Amino acid sequence: MASLQEVPLPGTALAEELDQRLLIVLRDGRKVLGTLRSFDQFANLVVEGAVERIIVGEQFGDIPMGLQIIRGENVVLLGRVDEAKDAPEGLTRVSAAEIKEAQKGEKELNKLKSTIRARMDFLDLD
Amino acid sequence: MLFFSLFKTLVGKEVTVELKNDLCISGELHSVDQYLNIKLTNTRVHNEQKYPHMMSVRNCFIRGSVVRYVHLPPGAVDVEVLHDATRREARGG
Repeated sequence: MASLQEVPLPGTALAEELDQRLLIVLRDGRKVLGTLRSFDQFANLVVEGAVERIIVGEQFGDIPMGLQIIRGENVVLLGRVDEAKDAPEGLTRVSAAEIKEAQKGEKELNKLKSTIRARMDFLDLD
Repeated sequence: MLFFSLFKTLVGKEVTVELKNDLCISGELHSVDQYLNIKLTNTRVHNEQKYPHMMSVRNCFIRGSVVRYVHLPPGAVDVEVLHDATRREARGG
C-alpha cells in the first residue's frame, strides 16, 4: 500500500511527463502527439514537434504542427507512448493529403446518416 | 479535501475511470492531486477497437474535469468511515 509520502504534490502532476513523447486527447476528439515541454496547474501545455494524428477506419495520417500551446480546459488525457511503436497496431499510414480526404469523406457520410435519421425520427414510427 | 483524501487511500488499487466522452479506462491508481486529476498505470481501454490510438498507451494522466465516474472495487472504501468524515466536513468544513 502506497504511503501518503509517495503521493505526488499538486503542481508536480505532470513533471514526470516532461520531455516525453505524449499522446494528448482533446475534448473535440482530436489527438495530438508531441514532446511535452511545459505545463501549469490548469494543464495548459507547451508541446514541441506536435503532430495531429487523424484516424479514419484502418488508416491514419500525421499532420505536422510544430510548436503548440494547448489550453488546459480542452485537454482530456495525456498518455505516454512508446517511442519505438510509432504506428498504432493494425493501422496503415497514409499521407497527410489522403487522410484529410478520408476524414472529409467520413464527415460527409456522418452528415448524411444524421439527416436520414432525423427524417426517420420525424415519421415517429415507434 | 475529502475526496482528495479518499482517493489517496485508494492509491495502488485497480479502478475504472469513465470519462465524459464515454471513454472507459481501467488501471492502477498511481496518484491524484487536489484537482482530482488522476494518473493511472497499466492502463487498458474498454472498447479497444473504437479507440485504436489508445492501444499502445500504458500510463496516462487524466484531467479531473473530464471524469464522469470512478468505478471502485467492492470493499475498497469503508463506508462508515466515509460517512463520519462527511459529517465532520459538513459540520466544520
